[in-house]
Amino acid sequence: MESKIIAVPVMADLFARGEKPEFLFWVGCAGAYDDRYRKVTRAFTRILTHLNISYAVLGKEETCTGDPARRAGNEMLYQMQALQIIETLTRYEVKKIITICPHCFNIFKNEYPDLGGHYEVTNYVQFLDQYIENGSLKVDDTLFGNTRITYHDPCYLGRGNDIYAEPRSILKKLTRDFVELERNKSFSYCCGAGGAQMFKEAEEGKKEVFIERTEEVLRSRAGIVATACPFCMTMLTDGLKYKNSEEVKNLDIAELIVQVMDL
Amino acid sequence: MVRQIVFAVTLLITLGVFAFTINRLVSYFRFTKAGFPVRDFGKRFRVMLEVAIGQTKIFRHPVMGFFHALVFWGFCVIIFGSIEMVIDGLTGAERSLKVLGWFHDFIMASGDIFALLVAISILIFLFRRLFVHVKRFEGIEMKKKSHQDANLALSMILLLMISLLGMNAAYVQMQTAAGETVYGVYPVGAFFSALFAGLSPQGLHVAHEVFWWAHILLIFAFANILPYSKHFHVFMSVPNTFLTRLEPLGKLTNMDDITREVRLMLDPETAFSAPASDAPVARFGVKDVEDVSWKNYFDSLACTECGRCTAVCPANTTGKMLSPRKIFMDLRARMKEKGPGLVKNGREFSDNRSLLRDYISEAELWACTTCNACAQECPVNINHPTLIVDMRRYLVMEESSAPGGLKTMFSNIENNGAPWQYSPEDRLLWAENLEMKVL
Repeated sequence: MESKIIAVPVMADLFARGEKPEFLFWVGCAGAYDDRYRKVTRAFTRILTHLNISYAVLGKEETCTGDPARRAGNEMLYQMQALQIIETLTRYEVKKIITICPHCFNIFKNEYPDLGGHYEVTNYVQFLDQYIENGSLKVDDTLFGNTRITYHDPCYLGRGNDIYAEPRSILKKLTRDFVELERNKSFSYCCGAGGAQMFKEAEEGKKEVFIERTEEVLRSRAGIVATACPFCMTMLTDGLKYKNSEEVKNLDIAELIVQVMDL
Repeated sequence: MVRQIVFAVTLLITLGVFAFTINRLVSYFRFTKAGFPVRDFGKRFRVMLEVAIGQTKIFRHPVMGFFHALVFWGFCVIIFGSIEMVIDGLTGAERSLKVLGWFHDFIMASGDIFALLVAISILIFLFRRLFVHVKRFEGIEMKKKSHQDANLALSMILLLMISLLGMNAAYVQMQTAAGETVYGVYPVGAFFSALFAGLSPQGLHVAHEVFWWAHILLIFAFANILPYSKHFHVFMSVPNTFLTRLEPLGKLTNMDDITREVRLMLDPETAFSAPASDAPVARFGVKDVEDVSWKNYFDSLACTECGRCTAVCPANTTGKMLSPRKIFMDLRARMKEKGPGLVKNGREFSDNRSLLRDYISEAELWACTTCNACAQECPVNINHPTLIVDMRRYLVMEESSAPGGLKTMFSNIENNGAPWQYSPEDRLLWAENLEMKVL
């Protein structure tokens, strides 16, 4: 089979040519820098390309949304980031944003409007579900049909924004053996990285939050734990390593789709 | 006539004490800050119907939730009977709401049946509190008073129900024995009326009077104990659900003062055109009770200390200091401590103590993952994470105090636009050699 190199469209280049993409694909810091999560960004980009979506990334003009700063109490730094980003997005006349990271999704959707940044924001899980439902993305259970798959709800997709149905609808098409974790949907248990915990040592306690959640994943006896957030992925991957459970795989929903569709 | 006067005086004392208590609590609200504006009444009404009347959050624990719902719905029905008793007490009439006809029968029958269901539920609650080790009833914030509060309130409700059933039973027996009409329908009362079968007409009258007075006096006492106990939620929970913050849980509140400052920094031109604010520069974030919003304080009064928030908190369940319940119990306790001083001496009053550190430690605040499990779980829609972040805002922006890792993260964002130390030049490395099969 032949392969081609995808040239990821960058907003500044497109704009210089007088083109205006439909979507801004917001990659996010983890998506751009984290070795593991870059694979998710690449997987989702393959899907965008496969679907022939008109999109572009900001590339070197992208910067942190300010989410970790804001949740750590640094409202000043958050607003400086946010106002600069809003200015950039205004310059490129951005109206629709797709994000992978649920934290970026939440901040664009719920918090930037307070500062004058109004966009139609879609999380990639909603986007994927929509294109599977309309038949553009053809997935089936040939590859993972017999693999037990479970799903860890990222707090900022689930409780934060009530997105529970879409990831489940996708995963149930990929496997005949989807199981819920003991604590799921609005009862879900945090991976331990939200609220800027990702960037600091955990406070003193009896146990690490990610270990508690990993143990729950192991009790589900799933072969794959699907996630939809870079922080959750880091925490659960670490947890599985810590527990020497390398036979349990931690994969992102976009990666599963790319594997099934062999993109 | 004497009976009516005694009743009227008792009622006046009850209302007087209640007004005094409520007035004091209301006066503390003057020192809180503006929160979100209360709009969208239709939506708020729906939330109240679901969460308060429908008990949807309570039912997240289906078994105990069911018994709590029985107690709540019981109260909603029985209150009609209590109103009738007040009218009777003032006018000297008997079962005055009988003018409502079949509706009166229906309400009285419901109240009578619910009284039994509430009593059974309360016995289960008391048994659980006294003999079963329920983890969420424990915790550093659960002092002896919290447990006493709970047991006192439950015992009083049990006595309220017993006196109500006794009154109904005596009433049925009294009327039936005398060949008089029984106004209202009392299935449970009728069942228990046999207990009074041996009494003379005079004895029946006394029995009825004793239960009647016991019930109404218990209500009056209960109403005045509530505002001083964790059981204040009987009054506060329904309005608190009406006043719920309607935004998605993931959203934090914008600090408009900061927006003004940042806009000035980014565009100094506007510095001269922006109208100067007359208000004194307020403190950023929350250090003490006068920095919280009215809704934070309302939340603290509505808290029942049930601990469902703490039981689902990832920080708490892994042994960290944070307990979302404690944050709101601390707020209420601190307002009780500082409120009188604020009322007497004004906003500038200081007792050299504060909510931060004297009540809530930094270790608690820095343990939160803002996962919103607490807010999702709270049966009365308290929002804990926004207050926790507001206290972090004080620490970071007023004291430049934060764990080392977070300070590094801040400077990374400032210097290279990412929470990690990577160059913006490397933002597109992920896209290199991205191959895709050509189908």
